[in-house]
Amino acid sequence: MRSGLLLLLLSGGIVPAADGPKIPPAPAGPERIEVPPPPFSDGIFPCTNCHAGMPVDRTRRELTAMHTDIVLKHDETHRWCLDCHDPTNRDFLHLASGERVPFDESYRLCGQCHGEKYRDWRAGVHGRRTGNWNGAKEYLLCAHCHNPHQPRFKPLAPKPAPQRPDRSMK
Amino acid sequence: MTDSEKPSRRMFTASAGAAFAGMVLTACGPKRLYEVPQHKLKASIAEMERRYKEQLGKDIQVSDQGPMPGVHFAFALDISRCIGCRRCVYGCVAENNQSRDPQIHWIRVFSMEKEKGVDFTHADPYYNPPEVPEEGHFYVPVGCQQCENPPCTKVCPTGATWAEKDGIVVIDYDWCIGCRYCMAACPYGARHFNWKAPTIPENEINPHTHYLGNRPRPKGVVEKCTFCIQRSREGRYPACVEVCPVGARKFGNILDPNSEIRYIIEHKRVLVLKEELNTVPRFFYFYAT
Ligand code: SF4
Ligand code: SF4
Repeated sequence: MRSGLLLLLLSGGIVPAADGPKIPPAPAGPERIEVPPPPFSDGIFPCTNCHAGMPVDRTRRELTAMHTDIVLKHDETHRWCLDCHDPTNRDFLHLASGERVPFDESYRLCGQCHGEKYRDWRAGVHGRRTGNWNGAKEYLLCAHCHNPHQPRFKPLAPKPAPQRPDRSMK
Repeated sequence: MTDSEKPSRRMFTASAGAAFAGMVLTACGPKRLYEVPQHKLKASIAEMERRYKEQLGKDIQVSDQGPMPGVHFAFALDISRCIGCRRCVYGCVAENNQSRDPQIHWIRVFSMEKEKGVDFTHADPYYNPPEVPEEGHFYVPVGCQQCENPPCTKVCPTGATWAEKDGIVVIDYDWCIGCRYCMAACPYGARHFNWKAPTIPENEINPHTHYLGNRPRPKGVVEKCTFCIQRSREGRYPACVEVCPVGARKFGNILDPNSEIRYIIEHKRVLVLKEELNTVPRFFYFYAT
């Protein structure tokens, strides 16, 4: 009986009106986070369209046939494509443990090295959020703002400076 | 509208009081809004919407939504992220119907030198390089700090400005007589005066407004940031939070222990501007890294 009532309360079945607004807690723990689609270049995904039948070449090398537009400036002395991209199924990324991670959960991959940023992002402190302060929010993936191959944030042209006060009589 | 066609501010207040609100607008300040019978408030807002339609040829919705219980708003801005791009300034202008000419900006972004730290004697709001951020500089956007102990409201002779229960400091433009005492009292330069009738291209007017916020203003009144009262009281983020390309702007309920804003205050290096004045701002600046 008691546990039944508790369950009802927990499920939001009975919410006393005087309780004030219901504010969902900031997400914590390993649940999936809603994000917009990952920022793929046009027509590039699924990667298996081309890679499915190809033998895997694990030698670290400069790519000359395809993907020549990608210039790696992200710890490039230590990192290479297959450190993040899964060699056997190219539609996925992988963690250091070998666990496959879909592109829309790429934050888990980034979070392996950037743990502090990952924590702040989950708490809503790093990165841009849109939507409701007390309801549904949309997160962006790390890759929406930081090109994973060249993550440094690009400078922007500022919007116009304010007008200086006009002291002439008009 | 030219000046001669337009009734003076005081005339307007007087005639509005006489015409439809002798019974409604008897008290001043928040009392006038929250202690009048609901149907009378609704009637005067309907009258206001009708007048806007007549003046602007456009349907404007004016909300009178009050503060939510258990909510006290606060803002935090990440100084280590802001790149000074001014997207927030113009996002705010569009959302909140600020005059384009004469120009009114509720947010002002100051460029400061890293060597000198947060110091307004060396701050430049007119920086204009081809690209930001500039080497050796950081940026501090400043708007209303929504002080919990606001000097601006204390000096108002008509009770036209006050702090709401959710912490937003508001102005009732119908009661502002344009004396500008509040502008002199505000230590942050957050208040702006309509020296002329504001001009906004008709197709750029935001019709989604709040009585105490972004509804179109007449000449001769003071205005300022309201944490986007028309959005935040509906549970949404303010416009500047959503437009900032680096995600430097954070907003939420400081009474909610799980909110972003609480996380920042509890885990980051946080400062307020001019702390020594005891204004107790609800606008925090922080360094995420
Ligand atoms: S939009 Fe963001 S980065 Fe740009 S000036 Fe405003 S707070 Fe700074
Ligand atoms: S920043 Fe200025 S206008 Fe805003 S509440 Fe404080 S004193 Fe008033």
